[in-house]
Amino acid sequence: MLQQGAEKAQIGRVARARPRFGPQARQEERAFYLFISPWLIGFIIFWAGPIVASLVLSFTDWNLLSEPKWIGFANYSKMATDKFFSIALVNTLYYGIGSVLLGVTVAFLLALLLNQKVYGQAMFRTIFYLPSVVSGIAVALLWLNIFNPDFGLLNQLLRQMGVENPPGWLVSTQWAMPALIMMSVWGAGGSMVIYLAGLQSIPEHLYEAASIDGAGRWTKFWVITVPMMSPVIFFNLITGFIGSLQAFVQILVMTDGGPANATLVYGLYLYRNAFRLFQMGYASALSWALFVVIILITVIQFALAGRWVYYEGESPGGAQ
Amino acid sequence: MSTTDQTVNNVALLKAKEQSKRRKRNSEFIQRIVIYGLLLAGSIVFILPFLWMISTSLKPSQEVFTFPPNLIPSRIVWQNYIDGWTILPFGTFLKNSLIVTTANVLGNLISCSLVAFGFARLRARGREFLFILVLATLMIPREVTIVPTFVLFSRVGLVNSLWPLILPAWFGYPFFIFLLRQFFMSIPRDLDEAARIDGASIWQVFTQIILPLSRPALATVAIFAFIGNWNNLLDPLIYIRSQELYTLALGLNLFRGQNFTAYNQLMAVSILTLLPVLVVFFVAQKLFVQGVALTGMGGR
Repeated sequence: MLQQGAEKAQIGRVARARPRFGPQARQEERAFYLFISPWLIGFIIFWAGPIVASLVLSFTDWNLLSEPKWIGFANYSKMATDKFFSIALVNTLYYGIGSVLLGVTVAFLLALLLNQKVYGQAMFRTIFYLPSVVSGIAVALLWLNIFNPDFGLLNQLLRQMGVENPPGWLVSTQWAMPALIMMSVWGAGGSMVIYLAGLQSIPEHLYEAASIDGAGRWTKFWVITVPMMSPVIFFNLITGFIGSLQAFVQILVMTDGGPANATLVYGLYLYRNAFRLFQMGYASALSWALFVVIILITVIQFALAGRWVYYEGESPGGAQ
Repeated sequence: MSTTDQTVNNVALLKAKEQSKRRKRNSEFIQRIVIYGLLLAGSIVFILPFLWMISTSLKPSQEVFTFPPNLIPSRIVWQNYIDGWTILPFGTFLKNSLIVTTANVLGNLISCSLVAFGFARLRARGREFLFILVLATLMIPREVTIVPTFVLFSRVGLVNSLWPLILPAWFGYPFFIFLLRQFFMSIPRDLDEAARIDGASIWQVFTQIILPLSRPALATVAIFAFIGNWNNLLDPLIYIRSQELYTLALGLNLFRGQNFTAYNQLMAVSILTLLPVLVVFFVAQKLFVQGVALTGMGGR
């Protein structure tokens, strides 16, 4: 928020220092478009173009080899009856909501713990952060190994704790998804660092003022920490959920959607249609449906945010 | 109130204060213990998978599937690393990964710093709108564009080459543009204003003032780009067919498909592929944290 304020101030100051019209301003404008041209070109080739193209393709039946055949809304009506589509939708929500809620909770708790001025803060931070950096296939293979029902680390520990019949994890329809969610929480350290930075930027004087007013630890937490952190948490909820959609690559490696489609998530289903079945038309319809849903989620989340997210400097009675 | 009353009162007050202080100190002590206990327990949970990985990679084959499994191998088998690495042409895969990653890091550094400078420093009509577009693309998951992008690359005949893994990086990446723009904004404008008055061109301001001052942010971008590409499996999976073009991630996937029971060798090669990431992480951890603080976002 502070940065935005500074930014406004800067723009205001510069507007006075430099002419808004005339040859110099025109030169600056030309320079602007030259500087951003890589992105502008890339935006057209790799974002806008593909999004429009997939809208067009979504009305066709196309296997890459023959010419695309125009079939109108058939791909979209297929979605309504496609059993795998609804399975994928439910699984995606399950995974997304599960991993985001659990991830945010764990990350926030870890950040709170680390913010208590503990010795070895840097060491602990490193330990919690490291797993989030080493994503990818090596990690997928590691967790395949850990979740192995017979020889894996997890069930070994569970057996030692007296669990006689530990779950089959990735080979169990019931436990495969919880297993994937657990694995995603291992990478929660990334958002922990964000929360820690946020916690450390809460002005100390707010807590001091509250102490003088006789507020206890809990009151301070709920009245200062949570409201001050809410924009960060909210932002992480959105980006976390959207990020969870990309986890399909690891799922592809680990379970390939199994067992019995228990971990068939949306991205995986799309990938399967596009690059295994070569149903480019249907895959495009799937990506367009996803695009619309993403926009909806973002809009809804922003609408809901107004109710409980506190942005500093927004309300007249707010701090500063 | 008499003086004695006051002294008595004061003494009582002092005593009460002392007591509450002691109580506070006691409860604080217990609280500390709880905090460290939780932190230690959490650390063990977060580290254990790594230890398991290392332990498995050093086990003799027959011990991978013994029951109950043991964390400490009966003897240490370094040979797993050599056998795993040589069972497939991992040297070639490493070379491809290095090519792709280096090209991505360079491409992102060059393109994103140019674009970010435009957004941070140059005034133009439509700038705010275009920047909102940058932020919007930040939100869109890969699946949305994956099909048409593939069609595009197959139309121009670049499927089964390293180009589809390299080219996009040279056209800016929204997250890095955002990160660098945030950093550039934090550099005082007086510096470039003064240089402009002294006759420096916009290009000179960019290369001689902004870029040298932005080394930490550029390093952060380089590191994020490095790790993102090193770990990337999706694009190689889609675009690469011939084995001589495989990246490490793809090679690891192939290895696993052929030899899924050789967990010790799999873990050994996994560790080898993770090593560069780990080294970078430990050398440059500060930069990671800085990047996160600058954008409020993780690296992915």
